[in-house]
Amino acid sequence: MSKQIKELEDISSQVRRDIVRMVHKVQSGHPGGSLGCTDFLVTLFFNVMKRKKSFKMNGKEEDLFFLSNGHISPVFYSVLSRAGYFDKKELKTFRELNSRLQGHPATHEGLPGIRVASGSLGQGLSVAIGAAQAKKLNNDDNIIYVLLGDGEMQEGQIWEALMYAAHNKLDNIIATIDYNGQQIDGKVDEVNSLTNIKNKLESFGWKVFESDGHDYSNILKTLENSKKSLKKGSPVINIMKTIMGKGVDFMENSHKWHGIPPNDEQLKIALNQNKETLGDY
Amino acid sequence: MNRKEYTYKEKKDTRSGFGDGLLELGKNNREVVALCADLTGSLKMGEFKNEFPERFFQIGIAEANMMGIAAGLTIGGKIPFTGTFANFSTGRVYDQIRQSIAYSNKNVKICASHAGITLGEDGATHQILEDIGMMKMLPGMTVINPCDYNQTKQATIALGSHTGPAYLRFGRPKWPIFTNKSDTFEIGKGIKFIDGNDISIFATGHMVWQALEAEKILFKMGISCEVINIHTIKPLDEELILKSVNKTRCAISCEEHNIVGGLGESISRVLGEKLPVPLKIIGVNDSFGESGKPLDLLVKYKLDPETIKKSVLEVLERK
Repeated sequence: MSKQIKELEDISSQVRRDIVRMVHKVQSGHPGGSLGCTDFLVTLFFNVMKRKKSFKMNGKEEDLFFLSNGHISPVFYSVLSRAGYFDKKELKTFRELNSRLQGHPATHEGLPGIRVASGSLGQGLSVAIGAAQAKKLNNDDNIIYVLLGDGEMQEGQIWEALMYAAHNKLDNIIATIDYNGQQIDGKVDEVNSLTNIKNKLESFGWKVFESDGHDYSNILKTLENSKKSLKKGSPVINIMKTIMGKGVDFMENSHKWHGIPPNDEQLKIALNQNKETLGDY
Repeated sequence: MNRKEYTYKEKKDTRSGFGDGLLELGKNNREVVALCADLTGSLKMGEFKNEFPERFFQIGIAEANMMGIAAGLTIGGKIPFTGTFANFSTGRVYDQIRQSIAYSNKNVKICASHAGITLGEDGATHQILEDIGMMKMLPGMTVINPCDYNQTKQATIALGSHTGPAYLRFGRPKWPIFTNKSDTFEIGKGIKFIDGNDISIFATGHMVWQALEAEKILFKMGISCEVINIHTIKPLDEELILKSVNKTRCAISCEEHNIVGGLGESISRVLGEKLPVPLKIIGVNDSFGESGKPLDLLVKYKLDPETIKKSVLEVLERK
């Protein structure tokens, strides 16, 4: 089932089209971080996670994914849909009235693939830890994946969770930080720097990897190494360098596209840079 | 007319009812797990911890993390009971409860000790009087404030087979045990302790005993009070409330909580919309608490039987 890198590239191109089209249609949402995490989430869902075809909330006997930085819902919805959790047609309802695709991910409307609401930052790692501990009680040796934003690392609850997971030697959780260096008010380094984040994470007792979030081989290798490393008895976290807005040249490397939509002309340019590979929704 | 005079042989803290209920649940349901934020002794969770160490999670002083972990545990089918003081169970972690538990409809039981002013000497930093209000505002949240040891144990056990987020509020002081172990307890169904004709007294938590004490004085004065225990503030037993007030045509409510946002306001909404009658809400009058002995605090903050008696007389004047 494992896909070739060319296939991952094609899926990512389609997901990027979905993201900009969704955000453009409703003139609302968060394209920057979504584009930056596309390559990672496509790789995770299509080549790494052990997933069951039909969605069950309890996720027994399969790997689970939690999105803590819920504002990148466009990429999450697109990847879920393209991975078969719901019909791609539903992507056009993003952020509209009566939609299951809420502005930020929610379980309330029963959208398959989502196990907890997120959006208010800092909470996803704790929830992932709870799910990881439930897996242990159920003798289920599958893995919990969780994605965090780099700006989100400023939330205190993240550090409560980091401390706890290492203390309890949780060896079934792989966290990834979307390290794009940007947040709403500017560069993370200027707003409130994560100074020596690798050292901080290591000193908290996590095994730390660094990776390139736009190099599929590197993402795959890092996740493979992460899984191997879990066997040594500590949780794993992956500092993944990404480019906010990746794949749409005028959005790249700027916090300005954190939460604003492209206009008609900008959409055209963005779509020209990402070819339709699997059929638009 | 059923008028039983309530007495007690023993006093016990309601938090012990929680601890004993949790232990029993643990024996009967292996999906029940417990989480505690460094207050195992205070929450009486020690026996559960000793009996089921693999199902007990010591979180440390990190309540936000505890709420998130509890939400995550439900995903794997567990029934988590979190334990810490009421203040740290609600206000400190409101957003975590709101997003990861209530909005996500997770089957987490938030169990909160040392609620209200009877926490005593620790003072206002710990005496939360706003927790019922915060919790009842969350869509889908069940809110329970039992009245004595037996009822707290029953409520804890009932939560084991209840589905959805719930807040269970109990306290620190030794308090009269005046209900029976064999009494029936159903979430969302109030209990009529005393039949009466002249006024309905609705009470929750420790204030149920205060109401029963006031009733004894009023009975001697020839006033017939109907005393009803509203242990579940949400969902509120509107049927029982309306049935009683339809007969008595006036009411008072009693709670160890701010009068803003508590049981009294819930009752006044029902009565205001459906059956407007003279009503008085007894609670802490929109203030913080202070250090002191629990019984002295109840007098100073007008949560004592004498205040209830006076309030009843005042409401009867307006009838």
